[in-house]
Amino acid sequence: MTRRLSLFNLTSLIFGFAFLYLPILLLVVYSFNASRLVTVWGGFSTQWYGALFRNEALMEAAWVTLRIALLSATLATVLGTLAALALTRYGRFFGRTLFTGMVYAPMVMPEVITGLSLLLFFVAIGLDRGFWTIALAHTTLTMCFVTVVVQSRLMTFDRSLEEAAMDLGAPPLRTFFAVTLPLIAPSIVAGFLLAFTLSLDDLVIASFNTGPGATTLPIKIYSQVRLGLSPEVNAASAILIGIVTLGVVVATLLTKRSAARARRDGH
Amino acid sequence: MAERSLTRKLTASLVPALPYLWLGVFFLVPFLIVLKISLSDPAVAQPPYKPVFDWSDIAGFFSQLDLDNFETLVGDDLYLSATLSSIRIATISTILLLLVGFPVAYAMARAPERHRPLLVALVILPFWTSFLIRIYAWIAILKPEGLLNQGLMALGAISEPLTILNTEWAVYIGIVYAYLPFMVLPLYAALEKMDDTLLEAALDLGSPPWRSFWTITVPLAMPGIIAGSLLCFIPAVGEFVIPDLLGGSETLMIGRQLWSEFFSNRDWPLASAVAILLLIILVVPIVIYRDVEARRLETES
Repeated sequence: MTRRLSLFNLTSLIFGFAFLYLPILLLVVYSFNASRLVTVWGGFSTQWYGALFRNEALMEAAWVTLRIALLSATLATVLGTLAALALTRYGRFFGRTLFTGMVYAPMVMPEVITGLSLLLFFVAIGLDRGFWTIALAHTTLTMCFVTVVVQSRLMTFDRSLEEAAMDLGAPPLRTFFAVTLPLIAPSIVAGFLLAFTLSLDDLVIASFNTGPGATTLPIKIYSQVRLGLSPEVNAASAILIGIVTLGVVVATLLTKRSAARARRDGH
Repeated sequence: MAERSLTRKLTASLVPALPYLWLGVFFLVPFLIVLKISLSDPAVAQPPYKPVFDWSDIAGFFSQLDLDNFETLVGDDLYLSATLSSIRIATISTILLLLVGFPVAYAMARAPERHRPLLVALVILPFWTSFLIRIYAWIAILKPEGLLNQGLMALGAISEPLTILNTEWAVYIGIVYAYLPFMVLPLYAALEKMDDTLLEAALDLGSPPWRSFWTITVPLAMPGIIAGSLLCFIPAVGEFVIPDLLGGSETLMIGRQLWSEFFSNRDWPLASAVAILLLIILVVPIVIYRDVEARRLETES
C-alpha cells in the first residue's frame, strides 16, 4: 500500500528531523570556522583539526577511552549473550526474578547512582581507581544492553533448527556453535557496537570511577566545555560524529545484506 | 559417560552463573554498600566515612548506623526544593516530549511502508553520537550572542537577544532534544500496528477527525505513550549533564546535588543518602516500566 503523506504529517517529519539534525550539522560546520569565537563565522579553515592532533592531552585521552571501550564491550558481549541465553533457554531457575531485575535496573537507573555505588564498592575492596575500575563499571552497565538486544533475537527465531540438531545427536555446546551462534551473530555484533558506543560516550560513571592517568575523552571534553566553547572540541566532535555515522551506515548495509541472503536461502 | 554428562551439566550451569555472579558482585553488592554508607557518619579520613564492615563486631556495626544523613536531607530546604524541582522539570519535559514526539511518530507510521526503515534509522542515528557532544552543540545555539539569536535578529523577529542559556528553558530544550528518540520509537511501534480501517470506519460513520483521534488513535497508542513517557521521565529526574551545562547555577536538580555533595563537598555519606532518596522517588516508575516491558515482550513472543 503506497499512500502520500498529508501536508500535516509531512510538516511534522520535516520539523522533527530538522530539530534532530540541525544542531549536529551546525556543530560540524562551525568546526571549520577560522575564528576562535565559535559562534562568529570567520571564514573556512581546517586549523582546529591540526591543533587537535597536536593536543597531546586530548590524544592521550582518546587512546585511553578507546582501550576501555574495546575491553568493556568485549566482556559485556560475552556476559550479555550468556545472560540472554539464560533468560530465554533456561526456563525457571533459582533466583530468576532477581536476575531479571538486575539486568533491567542498570539501564534505567540514573547514572549518578550507578557511578557512586560502584566507586564506593571499589574503595571498599581496596581497588585503586583508574583504567580498570572504569572498564569494570562500563562492562556492568553495557552488558545489560547487550542482553536485551540478543534476547529479542533469541525470542523470535525458529527453535526447530536447534531441536533438529539435538534430535540428530549434536551435543548442546556443538548445537550452540553450529546452529544458534551463526543465527544470532548479527544481534551479537549490534550488541557489541552498542556497548562500545555507550562506553565511548559515558561521562558520569567514568567521572566517579576515574583515577590518576585514566582521563577519558568525555571527562576531558567536559572539563574544557565548562570553561567555555572551544573550536578544538568542535573539531573533535565532528570527527567522532563522522566515525559513528560511517559505522552505522556500514552496519546497516551489512545487516541488510545478511537479511537478504537469509531470505534467498529460504529462511 | 557419567563423567561426561557431569562436565556437560557444569558447562550448562555456567551460562546463567557467570552473568548472575557478575551482576551480583558489581551491581547488588555496590548498592548495599551505598545503603550502608548512607547510614554512616562522615569522617575526616581516606576514604571519608567510618569503616564499612568488621566481622568481629557485628553488634557494634549495627549500633553505628543512624539516620543522621536522612535527617539532614529532610531538615534542609535545599534538598526538598531540588527534589521537587527535579520532578517538576522531568514532568514538564515528558509532556513536551509527548507533544513533539507524537506528530513525528504518527507521521512515520503513516509514511509509505518502504520508507519506514529509513525513517526509524534516522531517528536512532543521533542516539549513537555522543550525548555530551549533542548537549554541547546547544550552548553555541542558545547563548545570548549564539546562532538562534543571530538568526532571529537577522529575520527581524526580535530586537533584543533572548536569554535562554542558563535558564530552565534551556534544560527543557536539552532534555527534549536528547530524549526524543526514546519517546518516538515506542510511540511509533504502537502506532504502526494500528489498523487504518478503524479510522476509515469512524469517518464513514460521521465521526469528526479530532474525535476519532481521541477515541481511537490515543487509546491504541497508550502502551507506547506509557512506555515512552516512563523511558523519558525516569532518567530525566536523575539527569546531571543537561542541567549542569545548559541550566546555569539556578537550576536545582537532585542528580546535580548528588554530584556536588560528592565532588565539591566530599561528603560521601550524604551523597549516598541523596542516591537512596533519588532511588525511592524512582522505584515506583521503574517497577511500572518493568511490568509494561515484560507484558510487551510476552505479547510479542
